[in-house]
Amino acid sequence: MQRARRSILPHPFLTFVLIVVWCLLAGGISLGTVVFGTILGLLIPQVTAAYWPDAPRRVHPVKITLYVLLVLWDILIANIEVAWIVLTKKNRDMRSIWVTIPLELRTPEAIAILAGTITLTPGTVTADMSDEGHCLLIHALNADDADAVRDDIKNRYERRLKEIFE
Amino acid sequence: MTLTDLIEIVIAVALVIGAVFTLIGSVGLMKLDTAMKRMHAPTKAATLGIGALLMASMIHSFAFGSGSLKEVLIMAFLFVTAPISANFIAKVAIHRGQDVPPPSPPNDQTWSTLNPLDEAIDDPELPTRS
Repeated sequence: MQRARRSILPHPFLTFVLIVVWCLLAGGISLGTVVFGTILGLLIPQVTAAYWPDAPRRVHPVKITLYVLLVLWDILIANIEVAWIVLTKKNRDMRSIWVTIPLELRTPEAIAILAGTITLTPGTVTADMSDEGHCLLIHALNADDADAVRDDIKNRYERRLKEIFE
Repeated sequence: MTLTDLIEIVIAVALVIGAVFTLIGSVGLMKLDTAMKRMHAPTKAATLGIGALLMASMIHSFAFGSGSLKEVLIMAFLFVTAPISANFIAKVAIHRGQDVPPPSPPNDQTWSTLNPLDEAIDDPELPTRS
């Protein structure tokens, strides 16, 4: 039963997202858009299932919604902060540093989300990952203390992602 | 002052905020001096700028038209793709050594961008690419 479900719906959440995206693209919910969206939502995960073999299981929807809201709020703050730094600080007063973050996360999806979050939030851009995937390299625009940046990211984002995915 | 006026004011404010942040993103791109620093301005200031512009578009369509939610999609795709382009630019900047070289990772050999691929290609054991 479980196996039959998996062969028809390899990624139920992806199916749901595809239906919603199709309805948004078509600009309204009618029987036609929902039916065609469902067809796409069944076909696309089937065709692409080979490229995404191990999707994470047991993802908490409430926690991930809270995480998205937190990140959206941080993006707002980040924008204002970076705009202020760009407008008021001189280039030679800016202390740009590299920060390395040893990762506790092991799920590839979670690491990808963490990297994206870091790029979109205050004064930091994800630059690279170590060859074995145990460490992220981050560039901070204006920071005094690499350890403080690292602890902030670990406490604020990585801990929550670990709760969500692992 | 009617409700229409109020909505128009809200739309105008959102447009101005969007324009200002997009402008700051461009100013940052011109003003900052190294490649890595420059990436900060467009990845952040520009996302909020475009977000505010799309918000204005959405309010306008709901107030005066049939309403559309396509802007949500644009925003979602923008938030998903902005970090990836930034990551690619960062990889090129690291590879060219334009910035201060990054410290070595605490628990692995090296950064994946700096993996010595060139030596691997020069290896005579490997088939040469024509």
